[in-house]
Amino acid sequence: MNFIVGAFKPACHISVTFSDGKNRKQIPIKKDNGQATTVPLFHSQDNITGTITVEPVSGKKVEHNGIKVELLGQIEMYFDKGNFYDFTSLVRELDVPGEIYERKTFQFEFSTVEMPYETYNGVNVRLSYVENVLGYRYVLKVTISRGYGGSITHFQDFVVWNYTPPPSINNSIKMEVGIEDCLHIEFEYNKSKYAILTQLYFTSPFETKLNCTSCCLLGQRLIAMLILNWNADLSRYHLKDVIIGKIYFLLVRIKIKNMDLEIRRRESTGSGSNTHVETETLAKFELMDGAPVRGESIPIRLFLSPYELTPTCRNINNKFSVKYYLNLVLVDEEDRRYFKQQEITIYRIGETQ
Amino acid sequence: MISDGVVEDEEKWLSAGIAGLQQNAFHMHRALDSNNLKDALKYSAQMLSELRTSRLSPHKYYELYMRAFDELRKLEIFFKEETSRGCSIVELYELVQHAGNILPRLYLLCTVGSVYIKSKEAPAKDVLKDLVEMCRGIQHPLRGLFLRSYLSQVSRDKLPDIGSEYEGRDADTVMDAVEFVLQNFTEMNKLWVRMQHQGPAREKDKRGKERGELRDLVGKNLHVLSQIEGVDLEMYKETVLPRVLEQVVNCKDELAQYYLMDCIIQVFPDEYHLQTLETLLSACPQLQSSVDVETVLSRLMERLSNYAASGSEVLPEFFQVEAFAKLNNSIGKVIEAQENMPIAGVVTLYASLLTFTLQVHPDRLDYIDQILGACVKKLSGREKLNDSKATKQIVALLSAPLEKYKDIDTALNLSNYPRIMECLNDGTHKEMANVIVQNILKNKTCISTAEKVDALFELIKGLIRDLDGDTHDELDADFIEEQNSVARLIQILHSDDPEEMLKVIETVRKHILTGGRKRLPYTVPPLIFSSLKLVRRLEKQEESVSGDEASTTPKKIFQLVTQTIEALTSIPVPELALGLYLQCAEAANDCDLEPVAYEFFTQAYILYEEEITDSKTQVTSIHLIIGTLQRMHVFGVENRDALTHKATGYSAKLLKKPDQCRAVYACSHLFWLDDHDSIRDEERVLLCLKRALRIANAVQQMANATRGSSGSALLFIEILNKYLYFYEKGVSQITVESIQDLIKLIRNEMQGDASPSDPAADAFLASTLRYIQFQKDKGGAVGDKYMLITD
Repeated sequence: MNFIVGAFKPACHISVTFSDGKNRKQIPIKKDNGQATTVPLFHSQDNITGTITVEPVSGKKVEHNGIKVELLGQIEMYFDKGNFYDFTSLVRELDVPGEIYERKTFQFEFSTVEMPYETYNGVNVRLSYVENVLGYRYVLKVTISRGYGGSITHFQDFVVWNYTPPPSINNSIKMEVGIEDCLHIEFEYNKSKYAILTQLYFTSPFETKLNCTSCCLLGQRLIAMLILNWNADLSRYHLKDVIIGKIYFLLVRIKIKNMDLEIRRRESTGSGSNTHVETETLAKFELMDGAPVRGESIPIRLFLSPYELTPTCRNINNKFSVKYYLNLVLVDEEDRRYFKQQEITIYRIGETQ
Repeated sequence: MISDGVVEDEEKWLSAGIAGLQQNAFHMHRALDSNNLKDALKYSAQMLSELRTSRLSPHKYYELYMRAFDELRKLEIFFKEETSRGCSIVELYELVQHAGNILPRLYLLCTVGSVYIKSKEAPAKDVLKDLVEMCRGIQHPLRGLFLRSYLSQVSRDKLPDIGSEYEGRDADTVMDAVEFVLQNFTEMNKLWVRMQHQGPAREKDKRGKERGELRDLVGKNLHVLSQIEGVDLEMYKETVLPRVLEQVVNCKDELAQYYLMDCIIQVFPDEYHLQTLETLLSACPQLQSSVDVETVLSRLMERLSNYAASGSEVLPEFFQVEAFAKLNNSIGKVIEAQENMPIAGVVTLYASLLTFTLQVHPDRLDYIDQILGACVKKLSGREKLNDSKATKQIVALLSAPLEKYKDIDTALNLSNYPRIMECLNDGTHKEMANVIVQNILKNKTCISTAEKVDALFELIKGLIRDLDGDTHDELDADFIEEQNSVARLIQILHSDDPEEMLKVIETVRKHILTGGRKRLPYTVPPLIFSSLKLVRRLEKQEESVSGDEASTTPKKIFQLVTQTIEALTSIPVPELALGLYLQCAEAANDCDLEPVAYEFFTQAYILYEEEITDSKTQVTSIHLIIGTLQRMHVFGVENRDALTHKATGYSAKLLKKPDQCRAVYACSHLFWLDDHDSIRDEERVLLCLKRALRIANAVQQMANATRGSSGSALLFIEILNKYLYFYEKGVSQITVESIQDLIKLIRNEMQGDASPSDPAADAFLASTLRYIQFQKDKGGAVGDKYMLITD
């Protein structure tokens, strides 16, 4: 009986303790089974040191072909669940093959580990399509290799955040102007006009304050023209940043009911024909109520801190990207929506900064 | 029906809004009680979301707003407590900005902002600047107006004004306060104006009305500005006024311009207006042409007038800034700019300016004339005024100087005064003339030169003669009233210099003779009496100053008077003419001008013979003649005889016997003058009395014949009285016997069976007898005489 029970129970307990774990910041995460827990926070170039304790279930010996600890950076594509792409893999041998009868501890150390990417948890599993949802994590994997009964493995998660300096301005940011649904098609007719406008928009890329002039077009008709004047560092914001700006209405030919600013996140996974894109709106912030007239200027002040944002990720290991967009939406009195979208880069700065 | 439906729906929406608001307010209170900041913010935002409705009219929306306002006060107190519990106000200021909907967000921001300023953790000016800037997010007029009104409300006691606890450290702290209010004002006005242009065209009127209800929200800002201590004249001049005016002019909205101009005029102090008159006025011609500028300017001038009236010490200020020139200039420009301004408006403007000028420059008649001149320029060359509003204003305009100076003299010096009168229609002209006359009468103004009289009568010609188209013949009460006023006016014209007075009379005569038949009966008599007064004055003077070579002689006047009375002949008012002739005759008598007096009597007799046909009039006229003639002493025997003869002749020829009788016994007086020995003809006195008795007898007989009873003894008693009179005077032909006979006769008449009882006659007789008894009792010479009479 004991034998049968023993066969389904792990033969030993494995626990990992980080040597400076108590001083490290604990970050709440959600585990696969939906339970919330906290894990320690590391940064790139950190020394990851600690002890691993192997404690056999009382009175049993654990025979093994060697014990090792691996530091893995993994990307898990949810459409391909269970398969991990390791982009970082470091191994430390802890013990030569032998037997463990009693509690035994091993020291380990990975010094100045290069962890270029941040931990990222994608769209909630239960709400998304399985195939293009992704996860992306750092993990310590302790493996006790055995000849029979398979290896005993233990995973210890931890979170990596990287504080970065503000990214340089990408001058090739594209602005998308469009009108949702069928109106979009009509808009396509006017590509030449649109080109002229984009040209106008990029005439002075080196200005610290870049004016984004944009025209919303409905069929052949020019319906509104406005200047967006964001804060100095165009299109890059840190996680606790405030979006400050002003919108000048140069021309208004529709009866605007209100104007919202949305923050949208776009995750794209895979490449080529297998690319999957998932977009979700994280913030919907009303900027204006009522119809402005020509010459009005509307202030923008949007605090980013209340929203669950992450830094922008571009093409992580050719597997996925996470991009953020500001979407300015004008709604007219007949509930038609006109929007213009612009990518922003979000980065993380240190707490003290 | 439709509108009823809308109103009902509105009620429904309002009550739904209130219900939602109260529900969230309830949750908010619970959160406040348990110090739960997060929930408090959540529910307050939800509560304020009710204000996002577009369905309510301003009136109903205000109701909802006031409820939210009350709740926000509680929230403000909570925020204050929260900061004292250690919550950072800066954090709170950020926290409320996380709200997703803009309207609740901004209401909360203003509320926290108020606490922020109070905490003094940041300069008031910075917070205010941020708040007023953020409010731009509400572009919906109604919601924007109320939000900004809320901002204005919570900030008005927190402006960084001089002397305020929020005063900034830098020098131009007031400027910050002013800047804030100005900006809020500008934005509110923009929203308010925009309201007119949004929505369907068919509801334009309704929107106008709704906007009217909201105007005080905008105007309140100006009031706040006027309350800022630090706004001194300099700042008002340099910043506040130009900025406000800029907004007013540029908004190009009729309703806003009118209301705000009025607001400016009402809320800022008078001396500021005076010192910035030029700026303020320069805005007026730039307003929309449909704006009622005249009312605006009138109010301004009214204020300034009152200011000037408040004390003479302020007047130098007016002179210093040349207020009159500026106002005058500006009015000219406004009238020029607004081509289609109704004439009533133009006149209103000038009337106000005139009132102002009278108050400030009472001594500058040239200014007043200038105003009138400008008015004439505008009025001339068009149809006569028929617009009732305009005429009312004109009357006010023209009355103002009269009331001020209480002296028509001044008005007569204004060359443009008559020219304005020219522009009036007949009715108004008459009304104005009446005002002038009443003014003169009230103030007893003395007009003493012919020239002025001429001008005056030219001015009031509406009363003096028929103007074109005024042909109704009825003599209504108003007309009589007017003519009586003219008569009184003629009476008070007076000059100490007889020569000038004659000229005056001649002038008046010239004018009144144009008056036509309706007026002459009213106007000629006062003129005649005025002339006769002059004659009497000359008479007195001649006694004192002998040998005066004056060209004004009674004769000349009498000539004039004759001609004047002759004018009456064209109208059938012979009894009036007759009376006047007799008056003149008496005056001539006093001047010892026998031929003249005789001439007048002749005229009177001619009138009597030829024109007076009515028997009653004849009776009164003959008594007049007798009375006048009795007093004449200037006539020689021959003339007198001729006249008395005629008079007695007339008396005997009266239609009715009793009238004859009375006239005849009255004639007896013509032969007995107490103070003239030459005229004492006892025989003819007796003759008259006897003749009267005969006639009285005839009357009795006629009565017997026609009615079978004798008539009243009244005539006999009257004759008895005459007998007694002459007996007393010592006419020897009147004997005691004749008196006693007469008394007997009377008694018989009265006791006769056929005679009806006549209480009047009884009483008359009784008192006559009593008189006799009284004289007896008195004793003396007369008593002795009476003692002889026994019953």
